[in-house]
Amino acid sequence: MHPLLISSYTATTCLGRGREPLREALLAGASGLKPCDFETVVLPTWIGEVAGTDEEKLPAALARFDCRNNRLAQLGLVQDGFADAVRAAAARYGNDRIGVFLGTSTSGILETELAYRRRDPQTGALPQDFDYAGSHNTFSVGAFVQAWFGLKGPAVVVSSACSSSAKVFAAAARMMAAGLIDAALVGGVDSLCLTTLYGFNSLELTSSHACRPFDRARDGISIGEAAAFALLERTPDALPPDAILLLGSGESSDAYHMSSPHPEGRGARHAMAAALASAGLAPQDIDYINLHGTATPSNDAAEGRAVTDLFGNAAPCSSTKGATGHTLGAAGGVEAVIAALAIRDGILPAGAGTNDPEPGLDYVLATRRRSVRRVLSNSFGFGGTNCSLILGRAA
Amino acid sequence: MNPTMATPPSASIRSIGVLGPGLADWPACAAILSGETAWAPAKTVLAAPDLLPPAERRRAVRVVKLALTVGLEATRAAGVDPAELATVFSSSGGDGVNCHQICETLASDDRQISPTRFHNSVHNAAAGYWSIATGATASAAVLCAYDGSFAAGLLEAITQVAVDRAPCLLIAYDADYPEPLRAKRPVPDAFGVALLLTPETDGRAIGRISAQLTDGSADSLADPALDELRRAIPAARSLPLLAAIARDRSGRVVLDYLDHARLAVDFCA
Repeated sequence: MHPLLISSYTATTCLGRGREPLREALLAGASGLKPCDFETVVLPTWIGEVAGTDEEKLPAALARFDCRNNRLAQLGLVQDGFADAVRAAAARYGNDRIGVFLGTSTSGILETELAYRRRDPQTGALPQDFDYAGSHNTFSVGAFVQAWFGLKGPAVVVSSACSSSAKVFAAAARMMAAGLIDAALVGGVDSLCLTTLYGFNSLELTSSHACRPFDRARDGISIGEAAAFALLERTPDALPPDAILLLGSGESSDAYHMSSPHPEGRGARHAMAAALASAGLAPQDIDYINLHGTATPSNDAAEGRAVTDLFGNAAPCSSTKGATGHTLGAAGGVEAVIAALAIRDGILPAGAGTNDPEPGLDYVLATRRRSVRRVLSNSFGFGGTNCSLILGRAA
Repeated sequence: MNPTMATPPSASIRSIGVLGPGLADWPACAAILSGETAWAPAKTVLAAPDLLPPAERRRAVRVVKLALTVGLEATRAAGVDPAELATVFSSSGGDGVNCHQICETLASDDRQISPTRFHNSVHNAAAGYWSIATGATASAAVLCAYDGSFAAGLLEAITQVAVDRAPCLLIAYDADYPEPLRAKRPVPDAFGVALLLTPETDGRAIGRISAQLTDGSADSLADPALDELRRAIPAARSLPLLAAIARDRSGRVVLDYLDHARLAVDFCA
């Protein structure tokens, strides 16, 4: 693919609002996870909660979109000058020439979960104030963000579980290549809810500790929430030397099982190889791999095998989910922002929470500082859906 | 600057699958849309395709049966191996019954939901079952744009074909919620449509389509009952395009998409 300029990017996670707290945590190897105290949930698990999400007030004209997921979206949009960058791009290109491509897995389902506790005792009806399209529907965050900026171009939500907000980069790049748009607002927003906390618990995939990706003692995920956004534009003729680009993407399907990865990491390997081919790069061109690394025994075993097959033990790698938690449909976006920070500041981030990594990989246990030109970021999900992105400097 | 295409992206339609109320398959649907036979509304009949392994067959929820059935009709009509195809799945929602059961359990004193119910709750459940059933390992885009989900899926599928120069199978589908969600999202029944799109135009193509955004208003169907179906089920917003194909009538079809824009599809028979 033709490289695209990532002209603005931001992430809000349990580590704090915007890039700076995320960067500081990556440098320190710190974690934002805590024992679960979300809503009325009683489960022996840890979470990555974004503080202050429910205090966020949506504009009155967009009140129908009010739900935790869209509050988190708004909180994320106003960090790091991102909203201003989108407005400037809209002024430059026209508001009908910017597409919106966002990932989420559960959208505003928390509103529905809470509404089911308030059903009419006689009729069973949901309460009057429940707004399906504004909260529950998977498209809600896409419609909300588009309306928030007054953008008039194409808009879509990608919802392929935990690969959602990596795949938005690929979808946006295709639509830019087709000439339908000149810029794309991409990203992911996923927020804590009972469906995922109790659902992953039912599959025995949640850890009772803070998650320990790729550790030999790993025993499951810690669920987090996040809003991450990036603005993609065509690369200008005169590219600033510090520009960060989307260089390639690769997508694949496992065709194996709904909730377990292919044991040999077949789909993961295909996605990484396709991303390298799309970027015109060889494995040795990758300076760091941000692993999907959920900390489930099966994901990390399959992913480790796929990485070893392609890269041997040459590429430093880590999962940053020990710091942010697994933010599900937002994970691809969050980790694309981490990749951009790794390149911008020369950081190979430590995999927080991991002490005794699986052998065979150069797993980063303590943060290293060095020049980073290209990062591969993996995002895999339920249903065997895989996406790898490559971010980097210009060749 | 990077090179871009000057004209709207386009693709050829190679084959079609349809399943909906009183619409058993594409030939039956085409006969109704072309005015050859009258539409007799009847509840959509869903069955899990034999292609699914026994465990997945048992676990398949309604939207999975719907999506797989129309997808397989399209690939079989074209004589194409689905294992080779990239896919775009687009729907306004996941499985309504499954979603209701999870919400009901989470509102009860015992919140333990079943693992199968949880994995069936993801928006990409149909895409996952499809790849397991067919062995398809290429990319699967899984999309939602509320009532405009068909148009969003069509735009993505045409764009994939135009940019990647490879065939792509679009599967758009929606099924109903039970109460109490049904009162808030009154989708009456299940409707699914699959279009196999290819880059090349040859003797096997049904026609060629290109797509772009428009300010114009969406086309409706002359038959009031069929137009009611079009408005009632998001995936049935595809019906004006299917009608143009059934009547072999070249021209512009405008489909519902977003609040502020529709999708103009130029069909060349």
